[in-house]
Amino acid sequence: MIKISALNKTYNEGRLNEVRSIQNLNLSIAANDFVVIVGANGSGKSTLLNCIAGSVLPSSGSIIIDGTDVSRLPDYKRSRWIARVFQNPLSGTAPDLSILENFRLAALRTRSKSLTIGTTEAFKNQVEEKVALLGMGLEAKLEQPIGTLSGGQRQALTLLMAVMDELKILLLDEPTAALDPRSADLVMKTADKIIKEYGLTAVMVTHNIKDAYTYGNRVVQMSEGSVLRDIEQEEKKGLDVATIYEWFG
Amino acid sequence: MDFYLTAILQGLCFSGIALGIYISMKIFNIPDITTDGSYTLGGAVSAVLLSSGYSPLFVLLIAMLAGAFAGACTGLIHTKLKVNPLLSGILVMTALYSVNLSLMGRSNIPLLNFANLYTLLRIFDNSNLNTLLILLLCVLSLVIIISYILSTDFGITMRATGNSETMIRSMGVDTDRMKVIGLALANALTATSGYLLTQFQGFADINMGIGIVIAGLGSVIIAEVFISRLSITSVSTSLILVIIGAIIFQSVLALTLSMGIDASLLKLITAVFVLLIVSLPKLLFKKAL
Repeated sequence: MIKISALNKTYNEGRLNEVRSIQNLNLSIAANDFVVIVGANGSGKSTLLNCIAGSVLPSSGSIIIDGTDVSRLPDYKRSRWIARVFQNPLSGTAPDLSILENFRLAALRTRSKSLTIGTTEAFKNQVEEKVALLGMGLEAKLEQPIGTLSGGQRQALTLLMAVMDELKILLLDEPTAALDPRSADLVMKTADKIIKEYGLTAVMVTHNIKDAYTYGNRVVQMSEGSVLRDIEQEEKKGLDVATIYEWFG
Repeated sequence: MDFYLTAILQGLCFSGIALGIYISMKIFNIPDITTDGSYTLGGAVSAVLLSSGYSPLFVLLIAMLAGAFAGACTGLIHTKLKVNPLLSGILVMTALYSVNLSLMGRSNIPLLNFANLYTLLRIFDNSNLNTLLILLLCVLSLVIIISYILSTDFGITMRATGNSETMIRSMGVDTDRMKVIGLALANALTATSGYLLTQFQGFADINMGIGIVIAGLGSVIIAEVFISRLSITSVSTSLILVIIGAIIFQSVLALTLSMGIDASLLKLITAVFVLLIVSLPKLLFKKAL
């Protein structure tokens, strides 16, 4: 599904403050893989995720998604395959717009936004049903600005929004970093459920060792901009939290 | 009475600027001051075309297109050349001064002897009431059209662009393109004000736009006070409040002038008035705490 070859990303190239964020990184992610990326701060995890999403363009190397070379495509043209959940709950939703309007935008992720009214009763009912599945009682508040909700509620809604339109790849950038433990748990469970239910390919960056252990079928440790460890399904089952913890020792 | 009616009429004429500023500042979150130039551009285009005998409705279309073009220039300079939006606006505004002067050929074009929008319909004998009716119709159509646009899928996209750029890009939207369209729309509305006022006052003047951006800002800020106090989320109500803001703004200025204050102090009073409406709610709120 995603094939990354010889990827490099250097910030401020040739200057004193040059940062080589990604160095000759190769990574192949199969369809239906749920890859968890761990690594110390500055190891290039977020840059890698941003390169896949297209909000950062690589210095060299190629990224192929579903057979298409997307290396030079801007982020908004990759939305036909990719949906994202950001570390900051504010980034994944438009706070002043209502829940319904946010969902409407999400439902049009791969399509053009025309001059017709899309927030119809039929659409509202459809969103109500989806939101009710979260069990947060938000289905009664669809007209409320999404910015009035808590971070956990917004992250959970962002996940639902991701699957409002055809989706192949879900990118999660520390989705629970800003949340309390209970909301974090709920968001991770929702993510896992959606990924399985819709057969998505998912890449998650996290600092939470427990999540890296619990979720996903593959764990990748990054260090200094390249892959240090890559542990697949069978072997991952044999890991325990303490072992992953030791990687950071 | 006629004095205040004139203020209301002027407020209605300025509602295009107010709506334009609302779109650029509140919806797109871009401080755009192309306004001074695009307002005069609307006036200049109207004066030139009306005095050549074109029909007022056709002239409206051309004036709006001219304003949209000016706004698109600001948008392109800002997004493609990565110039700060405030500076982009100043550049286009400055350039427009020469454009307007060349268009007009002289610094003032009188329009008193030509057919205009306000003489299209004759319902009342009193020409001011007649003008009021036509202006209300114009402004109402603008509000209806804009609130429709803002509630469509495209309009939601516009609103999200100024609200959360990362989010809307991940939803497959080219935010640069949206900003250019937004600024074009905002300045088309501003030019509409130029069109309305030129015919209302009976002439176009090269200096008519100087400092006019404050009329739009003032109106939007007055509207904001109501919008935040009454926690209004509906787009159409907000637009109507912006129009009311424009009328209040002009009425207050008319009131100060009627108290016998020197007209040369008008801009100073305007600035102080805007300062007051920006700062007063905050000061009062502080006290309440």
